[in-house]
Amino acid sequence: MGVKLDGKVGTGDMEEDLAVISYMGDGATAEGDVSESLLFAAVNEAPIVFFIQNNQWAISSHIDSQTKAPLYTRGEGFGVPGMRIDGNDVLACYAATKFHMDQARQGQGPFLLEALTYRIGAHTTSDDPSKYREEKEVDEWKAKDPIIRFEAFLRRQGVTDDFFEEVAAAGDELAKEIREQTFALKNPPLENIFNHVYSDQHPEIDMQRAWLEAYEAQMGDHE
Amino acid sequence: MSNYQELPIAKALNAGLEKAMAANEKVLMFGEDVAELGGVFRVTEGLLAKFGEKRIFNTPIAESGIVGTAIGLAMRGYRPVVEIQFDGFVFPAFNQITSQLARLTYRSEGFLQMPVVIRIPYGGGIGAVEHHSESPEAYFAHTPGLRIVTPSNPNDAYWMMQQAIESPDPVIILEPKRRYWQKGPVNLDTPPLPLHNARLMREGTQVTLIAYGPMVTAALQAAEIGAEEGVSIEVIDIRSLSPIDYPTIMASVRKTGRAVIVHEAPTNVSISSEIAARISNEAFYNLEAPVIRVGGFDTPYPPAKLEEIYLPDADRILEAVDRSLAY
Repeated sequence: MGVKLDGKVGTGDMEEDLAVISYMGDGATAEGDVSESLLFAAVNEAPIVFFIQNNQWAISSHIDSQTKAPLYTRGEGFGVPGMRIDGNDVLACYAATKFHMDQARQGQGPFLLEALTYRIGAHTTSDDPSKYREEKEVDEWKAKDPIIRFEAFLRRQGVTDDFFEEVAAAGDELAKEIREQTFALKNPPLENIFNHVYSDQHPEIDMQRAWLEAYEAQMGDHE
Repeated sequence: MSNYQELPIAKALNAGLEKAMAANEKVLMFGEDVAELGGVFRVTEGLLAKFGEKRIFNTPIAESGIVGTAIGLAMRGYRPVVEIQFDGFVFPAFNQITSQLARLTYRSEGFLQMPVVIRIPYGGGIGAVEHHSESPEAYFAHTPGLRIVTPSNPNDAYWMMQQAIESPDPVIILEPKRRYWQKGPVNLDTPPLPLHNARLMREGTQVTLIAYGPMVTAALQAAEIGAEEGVSIEVIDIRSLSPIDYPTIMASVRKTGRAVIVHEAPTNVSISSEIAARISNEAFYNLEAPVIRVGGFDTPYPPAKLEEIYLPDADRILEAVDRSLAY
């Protein structure tokens, strides 16, 4: 809404016009706030694309227990049209996102994209997918992996091994850097517990910060 | 000489809003029925004609969406003021207020500020059904990141509205709806106090009455009756429920040695629980009697025909004062 109030929508200048994209998973769609967001976006003709990454599993909740109607139809009753795309097709995702973001920038109002994909791995390290789904289902989707598919597509376009080796090496290098930087992170200072609870001064926060600093100083270094 | 105007609380809130909207074009006002109608209590009356539909507008009847919209607008540099039509309607927005609005500044390490004001007409005494008479302040006072204030008179209503809108933090302004039509002088030139300061309303020597919002009027009535009966009662309007101005409370309690805390909300785990605990921490050796609390009962808000029994009044307050003085 702020973008629209600022007059940054439908000016005819695509460099000037703005739109918002909101990403969520299939697991989030059952929350009431998603429905309220679709309604508010529709009545305000807000320049927003709702992008649902439907990987069919929210921890152990299958999409069939989350919705009876396909998710791309979720916005229709609110006045937000939608479309399902192949979430494992890199170019389809790019093209649909770009097209609908441009539409939103031009003042066409909100749109909902459902990208159908699959969560091949576990939700977290504490998850155990063997308790709730068949390995056969996973194997079927592994064959549709978007990275494998996009590589096959590029190879058919004549892209050679050199390129893929270069991309793989760049990926490994980036991962290494991120790991190193993560391990090098220092613990945040004690005052971060209290900083930014409020932007303005707050007597209770000041008092508790002072108390903890004195307490920690008295207790000494216990690392 | 300052300019004074005699206004009821609802009109003073309206005037404060109008002044803030005129001073800063980033101030927006929205909620249910706030535009043409001016809100069910007419607090936003006339603002549509003055500022137009881009500055004040109606929303769908969906409080989570209302607060969520305010959060998005604050991210974009606006200063939204939203109206929750009645106290009991705030609960659908509870998640947006407590786990988003209250924490975005913290979560972003100060990158995002959330200058959002949530106006909530609260409390009972208007003969309404449940959801229209509640006092939900404790839920929000428990939440770090929020500021909560409640004016008890027109002058505070006028100035606290403007000060709340100026705050870089989210502020919930609880408006004592049964006192909306209570009139008083408004100083149009000078704010009386900073937003979070308590005010000594009446000096006394024997017992301190601590009240806020709609109960300040009842506390002052109790003090008046007490004076006729020879009991000297000091009255503090704490005005701000988060943070609470403890120095003002402690100065009074150290002087009188007795404290009675009054509010409409159920007393269990309430604002008075917190103040009583703090008094025992900070003024223990000055106390002549245990801190006594006068509030609503720990029940859902009762049917309207019983609310005059449910709500504290001057008699219930004086009964507590008598108990305190008996120690």
